[in-house]
Amino acid sequence: MIKVNGIYKSFDDLEVLKGIDFVFEKGKTNLIIGRSGAGKTVLLKILVGLITQTQGEVYFDDVNTARLDKAALRELRMQMGMLFQGNALFDSMTIEENIRFPLDMFTIDTLGEKRNKVNHCLERVGLEGINDKFPSEISGGMQKRVGIARSIVLKPKYLFCDEPNSGLDPKTAITIDELIQDITKDNEMTTVINTHDMNSVMEIGEKICLLDQGKLAWQGTKSEVMTSTNDTLEKFIFASPFLQRLKKMALSK
Amino acid sequence: MIKNLFFHLGRFVSWHGQIFRRPENFKMYYKETIRQMYDIGIGSLLIVFLISVFIGAVTAIQFYYQLEGTFIPGYYIGYIVRDMAIIETAATITCLVLAGKIGSNMAAEIGGMRQKEHIDAMEIMGVNTSAFLIMPKLIAGVVVIPILVSVSVLVNIAGGYYATVPFGIFTDAEYVQGLRSFFVPNNVTIMYVKALCFAYILTSVSCYQGYFVKGGSIELGAASTRAVVYSDILILVFDFIIALVLT
Repeated sequence: MIKVNGIYKSFDDLEVLKGIDFVFEKGKTNLIIGRSGAGKTVLLKILVGLITQTQGEVYFDDVNTARLDKAALRELRMQMGMLFQGNALFDSMTIEENIRFPLDMFTIDTLGEKRNKVNHCLERVGLEGINDKFPSEISGGMQKRVGIARSIVLKPKYLFCDEPNSGLDPKTAITIDELIQDITKDNEMTTVINTHDMNSVMEIGEKICLLDQGKLAWQGTKSEVMTSTNDTLEKFIFASPFLQRLKKMALSK
Repeated sequence: MIKNLFFHLGRFVSWHGQIFRRPENFKMYYKETIRQMYDIGIGSLLIVFLISVFIGAVTAIQFYYQLEGTFIPGYYIGYIVRDMAIIETAATITCLVLAGKIGSNMAAEIGGMRQKEHIDAMEIMGVNTSAFLIMPKLIAGVVVIPILVSVSVLVNIAGGYYATVPFGIFTDAEYVQGLRSFFVPNNVTIMYVKALCFAYILTSVSCYQGYFVKGGSIELGAASTRAVVYSDILILVFDFIIALVLT
């Protein structure tokens, strides 16, 4: 479980987050949604510790990250996995070396043991047998899956995904969403996904946090999206006339 | 501008506290250091050879031109080429050129990693990126660049020899006599002090420029340029300071 209390963040005079309170629940896919510039990425980066909040606290299972020294923070980070929007795969390494990197860095496993773990992760994301390829030799969807494999190789307690569906076709996007949800359930992880993909919201939004202009505008689950009367949510989710008609049809049934 | 200067100076100094931390995994750091040594050493050998041979050759020919017809004996040219290489040209010129080759490369490599979120990815894994990405480069630089400077001295001297002796400007015996005259061992110490100092400057300044880059490809290009310009300026400033202190 990750809890944020009164998070504020400013960049010079620009206030990006204005007092966010939210709980990201364990074993669930928690979504941060909102329009561009709403503060989603800033909130995600505060959660993983890449930037520091101006005010407020972040708790990982009741541990306040502000009270941790650098060594303890590094320990905590080893329990995190992150899938980046651009995948952040190391171009000069093969797929196996990419996934093995955290194992090489932090474990004393033998090469055989590491290879077994890499193969297990590749199998888990449905990419067996591409160990020796380079990231540039595989498709964008496959790169996302390799990114997921690398982020789970150390069996993290917390998984963060920044726009996991960006640049993917709808079918591949759904596959990635389902994969993330399955992995979350299997490993009882706290997963936080930053997205503005409506399919993701309706498919895997077990807990949703809608940000608008740096404030928490709405929270709920995917089933509550259809019945909510929140104006900001309405404008964000059912932005086009087509989707508005679709909602009316669904509700009339 | 002064405020900016102190900001960067402060960040540069405090950043060293992150760089020289205990490695998470000695084997990974060792592998990375060896890779950097290979890249810096073998990758720069040809350029060091080329600049050194021509500097040695030009030094010999130009000093011959200036001293011709004076009472100064011809064998002095060998002595001048040797001492110029040891005291100044091998360390300074080699490091100025390496700042352009290695420095810009390091800034672009690390800056590219920053922009592609590789550094963020490593940070989230729990890797101390300042240490893992920078320390091997600094160690490789301060170990390999003095070796390249030593090679440069030898090639400088050989350049002077092959530019003059085969053309009959001096005899082989005269040039060698010059090389063996008036040798001051302290000059070699000065050369290595310079080489170590310049190596540290060019690697650390270039890595700093790359590590803290912000923005897109234009900013990365600017950081790469700054890496070379600031390294070169600092090398020349420290060249003066070392000359002042050690001679």
